[in-house]
Amino acid sequence: MTDLNTLGLAEARDALRAGSTTSKELTAACLKAIEGAGALNAFVHHTPEIAMEQAAAADALIAEGDAPAMCGLPIGIKDLFCTKGVPSQAGSRILEGFLPEYESTVSGNLLGSGAVMLGKLNMDEFAMGSSNETSVYGNAINPWKVDERQLTPGGSSGGSAAAVAADLCLAATGTDTGGSIRQPAAFTGTVGIKPTYGRCSRWGVVAFASSLDQAGPMTKSVRDAAIMLETMCGYDPKDSTSADLAVPNFEALMTGDIRGKKIGLPKEYRMDGMHAEIDKLWADGADMLRDAGAEIVNISLPHTKYALPAYYVIAPAEASSNLARYDGVRYGHRATLDAGDGITEMYEKTRAEGFGPEVQRRVMIGTYVLSAGFYDAYYNRARRVRTLIKKDFEDVFAAGVDAILTPATPSSAFGLGEMTDVDPVQMYLNDVFTVTVNMAGLPGISVPVGLDSKGLPMGLQLIGRPWEEGDLLSSAYALEKAAGFVAKPTKWW
Amino acid sequence: MSIDTSTAARVAKLARIKVEDDALPALAAEFNNILGFIEQLNEVDVDGVEPMTSVTPQRLKRRVDVVSDGSQQQAVLKNSPDAREGFFAVPKVME
Repeated sequence: MTDLNTLGLAEARDALRAGSTTSKELTAACLKAIEGAGALNAFVHHTPEIAMEQAAAADALIAEGDAPAMCGLPIGIKDLFCTKGVPSQAGSRILEGFLPEYESTVSGNLLGSGAVMLGKLNMDEFAMGSSNETSVYGNAINPWKVDERQLTPGGSSGGSAAAVAADLCLAATGTDTGGSIRQPAAFTGTVGIKPTYGRCSRWGVVAFASSLDQAGPMTKSVRDAAIMLETMCGYDPKDSTSADLAVPNFEALMTGDIRGKKIGLPKEYRMDGMHAEIDKLWADGADMLRDAGAEIVNISLPHTKYALPAYYVIAPAEASSNLARYDGVRYGHRATLDAGDGITEMYEKTRAEGFGPEVQRRVMIGTYVLSAGFYDAYYNRARRVRTLIKKDFEDVFAAGVDAILTPATPSSAFGLGEMTDVDPVQMYLNDVFTVTVNMAGLPGISVPVGLDSKGLPMGLQLIGRPWEEGDLLSSAYALEKAAGFVAKPTKWW
Repeated sequence: MSIDTSTAARVAKLARIKVEDDALPALAAEFNNILGFIEQLNEVDVDGVEPMTSVTPQRLKRRVDVVSDGSQQQAVLKNSPDAREGFFAVPKVME
């Protein structure tokens, strides 16, 4: 029999309903896999007792019949989500010891539907990073390995991606501000969807850049993404930007029938220096969708080039405001003070000790672009450019395009430490294909499509119309079926 | 635009992050590198373009102006590094 931890959500759900397994068995299999995977450093806070209790409750509910879809399914939760009574540090030293008195809406939605929490997952500090190398817990490691090097699982949801790819859990939550779900999914051969801005409540999710942050599922298949997304979504009066819209049954909308659909290929995504293998993957993906009956059209999104620089004004600006709350007063770390130190010294020392270098860098950049005299030149200009980026997408959707196909990342997973000596801007380029989607508030999904010559997974991204995740998932399902990606990392850990 | 060490020091102060003097030149260089990347935005014609305030067209919801939560002093103070007698304790603020 297949090891239970290797199942996806849909298979496990069906097995639970058929009575051929129990949540306790599924959960025990995952806990055992986690125990043996310390080398991946994916799970950073373990909650086996909570998991087994939740599994027992789920089994009772399933026995009664009519349990929700996620009932009894063991998952991992990114450390960015506040989980009641369980450490929630956002990968940062400054939240050491923080035990939330409340549950985030998204994790609450999942647990409320009977999902089982195995523990908290590694991530870049405050979700700022593309390689999981800025975490206070140390690097998460990609289970994919093709030589002596250890590879990054991507970031910021690196622990989530590594855990799903290594079958430590059936699925995991992620969050995506500039690509933090889709890039790690592409680096690990998993599926990750960032829904339309406003679909998932941000309440109780540690804030990075509030106008860009969205939660989403990271899973082993497109169907699993549909199942889990539906449970995560929903209107929440506690998030003022939460959309008061009905949540459709995404799985039912996911037919995979894309005959007659118009899929756009944006010419601006063919970048200088793009890896030939990524370019070929993109062309292959377009062929697959064409063979499935879609019409492939060339489109233009003229302001693409400016998305990343605009992001690096807007995201740090919002981060500098959001992270002002870490002052050593209400929660987390407070620096030891010297005699005579006042409140300003307390703030400055606490934040210098509590924030890592990348977070400090972004907070200060944000402070600068918002400071008197530069607010118009940087922040307001970036917000104007953001309007233009969104309009680019509106124009192509108005012209009848249903979805847009692009590469997910400029390369496959790189080695940990390889980007340490390059300047930060080089690392930022990892998000060049994904960041536009956050800037425009659109749904985007990364689907594994093939392996490169080294044997590492590569993904393609599909971008959909706002609020049409069901249609987007359907296109993604068609791509998944055509690509037939089934490779798994060979266990070395 | 170029950032010198005194500007870097001022930004660090505004952000309430302690940066040692000997780290300021490297910090200023990093700022210049990132701001150099951001400078590309000057190429874009933004005349007459409204700065985005909300990515999805929506009006913020209103609710009835009544107390909907409260009486949670213990929960609020629970995670404080220094809570005393029902308050957050901080170093002396005024002389």
